[in-house]
Amino acid sequence: MTDRTITRLWQELRELTPARIGTGRVGTSVSTADSLAFGVDHARARDAVHLPFDTQHLADVLAERGQHALIVRSAASDRREYLLRPDLGRHLDDAGRQYLESKARSCDVVFVIADGLSALATEHALPLLDVLRPRLAGLAVGPTVLATQARVALGDEVGHLLQAKLVVVLIGERPGLSSSDSMAAYLTYGPRVGRTDAERNCVSNIRPAGLGYASAAATLGYLITQSLARGISGIALKDDSDAPPGLPGA
Amino acid sequence: MSLRTAIAGRMHVFDGLRTVLARASPLRSGDVLAGVAAEDEQERMAARIVLADVPLARFLGEALVPYEDDEVTRLIIDGHDSAAFAPVSHLTVGELREWLLQADGDALTAVAAGLTPEMVAAVSKLMRNQELIQVASRRRVTTAFRNTLGLPGHMSTRLQPNHPTDSIAGIAASMIDGLMYGSGDAVIGINPAGDSLSSVIDMLVMLDEFRQRYDVPTQSCVLTHVTNTLRAIERGAPVDLVFQSIAGTQAANESFGVSLALLDEAHDAGKSLRRGNVGQNLMYFETGQGSALSASAHHGMDQQTCEARAYAVARRYQPLLVNTVVGFIGPEYLYDGKQIIRAGLEDHFCAKLLGLPMGCDICYTNHAEADQDDMDTLLTLLGVAGVNFIMGVPGADDVMLNYQSTSFHDALYVRDVLGLKAAPEFQAWLDAMGIRNDQRLPDDGGRHRLLDDAKRWIAHD
Repeated sequence: MTDRTITRLWQELRELTPARIGTGRVGTSVSTADSLAFGVDHARARDAVHLPFDTQHLADVLAERGQHALIVRSAASDRREYLLRPDLGRHLDDAGRQYLESKARSCDVVFVIADGLSALATEHALPLLDVLRPRLAGLAVGPTVLATQARVALGDEVGHLLQAKLVVVLIGERPGLSSSDSMAAYLTYGPRVGRTDAERNCVSNIRPAGLGYASAAATLGYLITQSLARGISGIALKDDSDAPPGLPGA
Repeated sequence: MSLRTAIAGRMHVFDGLRTVLARASPLRSGDVLAGVAAEDEQERMAARIVLADVPLARFLGEALVPYEDDEVTRLIIDGHDSAAFAPVSHLTVGELREWLLQADGDALTAVAAGLTPEMVAAVSKLMRNQELIQVASRRRVTTAFRNTLGLPGHMSTRLQPNHPTDSIAGIAASMIDGLMYGSGDAVIGINPAGDSLSSVIDMLVMLDEFRQRYDVPTQSCVLTHVTNTLRAIERGAPVDLVFQSIAGTQAANESFGVSLALLDEAHDAGKSLRRGNVGQNLMYFETGQGSALSASAHHGMDQQTCEARAYAVARRYQPLLVNTVVGFIGPEYLYDGKQIIRAGLEDHFCAKLLGLPMGCDICYTNHAEADQDDMDTLLTLLGVAGVNFIMGVPGADDVMLNYQSTSFHDALYVRDVLGLKAAPEFQAWLDAMGIRNDQRLPDDGGRHRLLDDAKRWIAHD
């Protein structure tokens, strides 16, 4: 094979996977360019973990659209405590609890936008909600809650206090090198403190380069409708939105 | 014997072995999260002083999790070999440390069945990193399936060609890339993104067809739940290794959906296929500190002691491979590079003393305070310690599991600086294929028939 043939073949193999293949080697290591590229990706992922979630900005954007947002914090006081104490990230601080109690008004579904492990990922929340809302016609959607230093289970307390039948937490996932802005949606019917992960449905890897907004909205719209109609979520509620009619469980 | 000592006029009293072990453990976030860590550094040293004087025999009479409640405890107690224990049966934990520092490989091999996980966890808490490395380096554990792993002067790699959507072509592309760097003698092992049985079988078939086409002396594995592997075997899929994640208490194993009875069944099913031609070790286990606490199944034990107990489960099955996935679990269990490095050395040491073919997934997540430099440090230390195998991930970036492990290049580095080789059968295959990775030669990767074939072969998908 000529050098050009080899180069072209590696390019074709690289198109089959996002993995870092076909880089060759310099001695036993990688080229300076590849070493620096890895460093940039790691820096992006690290910064995503520590980027503060600008809840006020997001609330202003929502207000411009005529939507009301409620800003709360978890019991974890800062990022270090959040990382070391997952239990604190699952509960509201006292101020947040009292605030939401004062706002309680029963509704079908409440959306929580939470930083989780990547505040960068919250950029995908509004574009997703824009395409999702038309699928929720007829449902009573409560105010949007913006939560910092939050874990998924924080939504249980939020949903319970706001008397929502269903809570959907849109939260930044653990950043990988090739996906520092990946967002997940966790759906929990009958939210209250103590719900387990088995009682939730998860739609993961929401970002333009992963699961796009339209696809994520289609899946979420189906799960939300089904969850409210059947009064369940979690392993009992499967995403059969692609299944052919008449073949349950196929 | 009472568990108490005074330091600088302050009396420290511990209510049992479980508490002494936890307080004596080097600082790590998971033990703080569990509320079992020492309150301060002096309490930690007091616990170590007390622990040093505990007779080893006490560990046989004081179970950390009650015998009646926990099948891992029963496995440890019932499987204890008192004849093997005899040379150290009169020693305290502190004396065992000194015995180990002077023992040769034969003595360490002979005593293995006489040591319990709690004894080796205890002694590791009195040892510095260099001692964990030195003692482990004298203890070689050799296993075999289609090649021989763990021989002195050798270090193997698991080729880990994961893909975010289980694309067969994408997995094959990463696999061919890894083989170009001489990776994959321990196993070519895929973590599937999904649990679908048909997709697991597709992967097993692809791996096996590839292995047979090129006559590669290695073994393959799809790291799915053991019940899935059992179903794959029932359907006639080509299963080489049977994989399962395991932990150190019955309750933690239940949270993984496994029991000893289920593992027995899976081991028997794997053996019945008779696919190994060099040896019959076929189980592959992964472990990691923090998994028991994560399942609220730690029974007040520290995470390192829980981890060592998982090795009692593993050694029941004479596995081909065991590795701790040391930095995967996150900073609430191992906060930073220092804690990850220490845990990796402890896990390797404890497993080797108990007679396991221990490898390590030297890794971290992006929310831990760690980076590539920390991984280089642990990689070098484990290479010196004689680790059986490490991972080989393209560019160290696992695009499915979203964490950083060791790369194909990292394995070349550690083999180069420490003069380590791949498994002999696999090295002979690399030589026959013309795959050279000597750093003083120009890069000739990609100029042989494997790459020539790759495109046509990958059209498989």
